[in-house]
Amino acid sequence: MQFLRAYARNPAALIGAALVLAVLAMGLLAPLLYPGDPLSLAGRPLQWPGANPRFPLGTDPSGRDIAAQLFHGARVSLLIGFSATAIAVVIGIGIGALAGFYGGIVDTLLMRVTEAFQTLPNFLLLLVLVAVFGSDIKTVTIAIGIVAWPPVARLTRAEFLSLRTRDFVQACRLQGLSDAHLILREVLPNALPPVIVYASVVMAIAILLESALAFLQLSDPNVSSWGNLIGLGRNVLRAEWYVSAIPGIAILLTILGVSLVGQGLNDALNPRLAGR
Amino acid sequence: MSLLEIRELSVALPAGADRALALDQVSLALDPGEILCVVGESGSGKSVTASAIIGLLAPGLAVVSGQIMLAGEALVGQSPEAWRALRGRRIAMVFQEPMTALNPLMTVGAQIAEMWRAHTDLNSRDITAHSLAALTEVALPDPEGALRAYPHELSGGQRQRVMIAMALALEPEVLICDEPTTALDVTTQAQVLALIRALQQRRGTAVLFITHDFGVVAEIADRVAVMQQGVVVEQGPAATVLSHPTHPYTKALLAAVPALIAPPPRELAAGSVLTLRGVTKTYGSPGMFRRRKAVKALDAVDLTLRQGATLGVVGESGSGKSTLARCVVGLLPVDAGDILIAGEPLPHGRCAAAGLVQMVFQDPFASLNPRRRVGDQVAQGPMALGTSAAQAMAEARALFGLVGLEPDAVARFPHEFSGGQRQRIGIARALAMKPRVLVADEPVSALDVSVQAQVLELLRGLQARLGLSMLFITHDLRVAAQICDDIAVMQNGVVVETGPIGEVFAAPRHAYTRSLLDAVPGRALFAA
Repeated sequence: MQFLRAYARNPAALIGAALVLAVLAMGLLAPLLYPGDPLSLAGRPLQWPGANPRFPLGTDPSGRDIAAQLFHGARVSLLIGFSATAIAVVIGIGIGALAGFYGGIVDTLLMRVTEAFQTLPNFLLLLVLVAVFGSDIKTVTIAIGIVAWPPVARLTRAEFLSLRTRDFVQACRLQGLSDAHLILREVLPNALPPVIVYASVVMAIAILLESALAFLQLSDPNVSSWGNLIGLGRNVLRAEWYVSAIPGIAILLTILGVSLVGQGLNDALNPRLAGR
Repeated sequence: MSLLEIRELSVALPAGADRALALDQVSLALDPGEILCVVGESGSGKSVTASAIIGLLAPGLAVVSGQIMLAGEALVGQSPEAWRALRGRRIAMVFQEPMTALNPLMTVGAQIAEMWRAHTDLNSRDITAHSLAALTEVALPDPEGALRAYPHELSGGQRQRVMIAMALALEPEVLICDEPTTALDVTTQAQVLALIRALQQRRGTAVLFITHDFGVVAEIADRVAVMQQGVVVEQGPAATVLSHPTHPYTKALLAAVPALIAPPPRELAAGSVLTLRGVTKTYGSPGMFRRRKAVKALDAVDLTLRQGATLGVVGESGSGKSTLARCVVGLLPVDAGDILIAGEPLPHGRCAAAGLVQMVFQDPFASLNPRRRVGDQVAQGPMALGTSAAQAMAEARALFGLVGLEPDAVARFPHEFSGGQRQRIGIARALAMKPRVLVADEPVSALDVSVQAQVLELLRGLQARLGLSMLFITHDLRVAAQICDDIAVMQNGVVVETGPIGEVFAAPRHAYTRSLLDAVPGRALFAA
């Protein structure tokens, strides 16, 4: 309750929450407003927004309804965002927790692996994974999760390093509790707040990475994602720029929303830093 | 008219605090050449008084009424520029923690020089000469070396001397000392108190000295003001207030100061429960890339804890007493020697060790997990050893009753308890494992003196009822005198003297023990 009140006191955080909820609503309403396949041909290609009352946001170079693709694309973008973030956070917390809690040789090994991942540019690694394993939507999501976990692991490790020597953890050791209990029940709940905040960053990165893949036409062509739509507009960018601009704005607002939510969470979880 | 006058000063706390006013109609007066001690427990408003005088109230605090007069000049409501000209030059302050009050990236000389650079237009050669003179005056062993030293290269006492030199650099009329010796060892504290006294007398500075320790008051104060909950409840000459207190709160505080007299020896059963033989622990083992010198934290320590007795381990910071505690409970491995509990070395399995030895920690705020209910934290130990959840929780409720808490408090979270109550929870958590030996590492050092007395009373009572054997680590000889049967004095990792506490206090054999006893503040006053 106290947490919600702290969060609600921050106007930027509320705007962020409203944006994310709006995108969520778009995804939920998509099948009601635009039943049927958004990728099916709907009318004459490249109609400008407002030119035809049937297509308020116009049509793309293949004559598909942009509004329908936008609404269905919200589902895809959010799904990829949440799933890839979940994968990255689970891997990151697992590796970071083990490295930070045990230290020594375990820490050295796991952190060298993490650094190996971090030194490769994210997007190149993603391209390689997609090139090798194919580009259907599941593979793309998993691949994004795999390239996004190292910062989560480093953050979790840092929290664990400082928490594992606290008196309350030592007291639990003396009570005869297992390492699993110490990690999961004592340290992890205290280490989680910064990781949750960082998860919003991971989510923004995941949505952007998928869009970038789609722009290069390397994402799943059989789903109507925002990135695919931007990619379709690439060839007509100078004359019919709206094809790329409309989904671009959608991505911009979604990422803005997610980032503001993250900032709001940060302020609400660290009340001492709020108001600075 | 006094030099510094605080007239009916009221300072408001932010909305939602535990009370409306941090200071409520506080009136104090300070004359040149006198030391006024403001005493009180945490939350009494003594530090807020100091920050109001120097115009550095924490954000959220605001003066609502009253006035502060310095030599007839009103301070409340001045412009920030006027405050800046005043601070350092006419009112100076010495803080509690000298390490955080000094900039770790600047040499001591550069930091002292800033005083003259900010407030005067002396040239740099004169400034260096002044800095050197200032450091010489506070009796630093090597003033010229100290000028070039960085704060981490000095000891705590030396850093506090530097702070005092900086505060007195511009010969201020008023010096505010906010718990300046609380972070220091007892022998260093005695030296710093003597230094403040000497400088103050030589220069006729008016000193406002904030402290929680009545021993320090007895050492240094001319006059005393006692604060409780933002109100000055009693003030007067030190001798009168200390020997004939009138307000019940002052009486209670004075009564809570433990006497430095060992209790009569108790009858104890024969036999020992904990034996240490030649225990050695070295930090920073030498290696190719290690630059730091290896430090022997424990050097061939031999100790014996008698069954049902309390063995006090006393010493100053760095003496190895906390390392000793952590080695005994098995949190740190030893390099050499044996630690035997009931004749056996501590088993490697965590569960097997849990029933033999438990620990009570120093910091009541760090020793409980803030995100879990306190009852769960007490009950989880027995549950890990196979007790059913229902029975473990019933035992936890009984233990809460035993340590003087409401049994229903098991469902609450740590932040809902005060420091003293948290320490009781820590004791309950340790007792839940029914240990043979209880190790208490400075269990009352973080507590106010009245709460300290209650927790010591609790430990004494529990020992009588449960026959506990305790290893009691403390830096405070008064506390040791309250609870220990035997005592071991440690210096630089070596036990220099052991014996029954009465004998050691009455006739200390080792020079270090004597210096520790002599340095206890307010010894003359509270001896009786």
